[in-house]
Amino acid sequence: MTTPVEAEETLGADSGAAGRPWQTVVWNDPVNLMSYVTYVFQKLFGYSRDHATKLMLDVHHKGKATVTSGAKEKVEGDVAKLHAAGLWATMEQP
Amino acid sequence: MRGWRRKGGKVLAGFEQQEAAVLRGLVSQVDDMLRARAEEAPQDELAELTGIKTGPSESPNDPVLSRLLPDFHKLDPDNPSTEDLDSVAALRSLHEPEVLDAKVGVAAVVMDTLPPDGGDIRLTYEQADAWLSALNDVRLALGTALDINDEMPDELPEEDPRAPHLGVYHWLTWVQESLVQALTE
Repeated sequence: MTTPVEAEETLGADSGAAGRPWQTVVWNDPVNLMSYVTYVFQKLFGYSRDHATKLMLDVHHKGKATVTSGAKEKVEGDVAKLHAAGLWATMEQP
Repeated sequence: MRGWRRKGGKVLAGFEQQEAAVLRGLVSQVDDMLRARAEEAPQDELAELTGIKTGPSESPNDPVLSRLLPDFHKLDPDNPSTEDLDSVAALRSLHEPEVLDAKVGVAAVVMDTLPPDGGDIRLTYEQADAWLSALNDVRLALGTALDINDEMPDELPEEDPRAPHLGVYHWLTWVQESLVQALTE
């Protein structure tokens, strides 16, 4: 799976940071079911059951997992979809 | 309600009248909160002209709404940077309307497919996915109100005012888990 990485300069990002990819991070929370989180990763991002399960377990054990990355606009859309599904997601540019 | 099962391309379950009443009541309460939030969106002529909705830039004060509509960045709780605060406000204003539309949409699917008197229901896979999201929203709302955490016992002492609600929460968890199993087995 690949995603184009474009420079996207809006919202005050300084020009040096514009080209670096963004990451979608999902955080652990005490309500969301492990089975549901796995299902959402498969459904939204087309991941295999194994890959989705691995990400879910990272969220569960490590407290968070990076689930997608790429251009700012794509990551924004992914975070919005995860919020619609009820997962606690944020985006960052490491 | 004895759990969901998949049969002939549909997902089936039977709901008792009381179960249907509880679930419809909770879904419509969450829906009311989401619609009230949507009405807080600023009205402007440009939005009407372009059809592109703009949401509020501030995070909801209500803890339930703020869990249903999280910030787009994890802010430093003590000293968030101005850049992060500006970006969080801009991203919320840009994306909150679509998140609200999605949540109101899945609530409507539950209200349309679950008769007030209960009974046997048959969902398409698409409707079942909507049910999963709506059940999750209701669990998040109730879980936030009950302050559910990893150390929460299965039952609370009888004198705890949250005790009867925790039973409903656990039932919703079971309904959702059973639906995920039916869709993935």
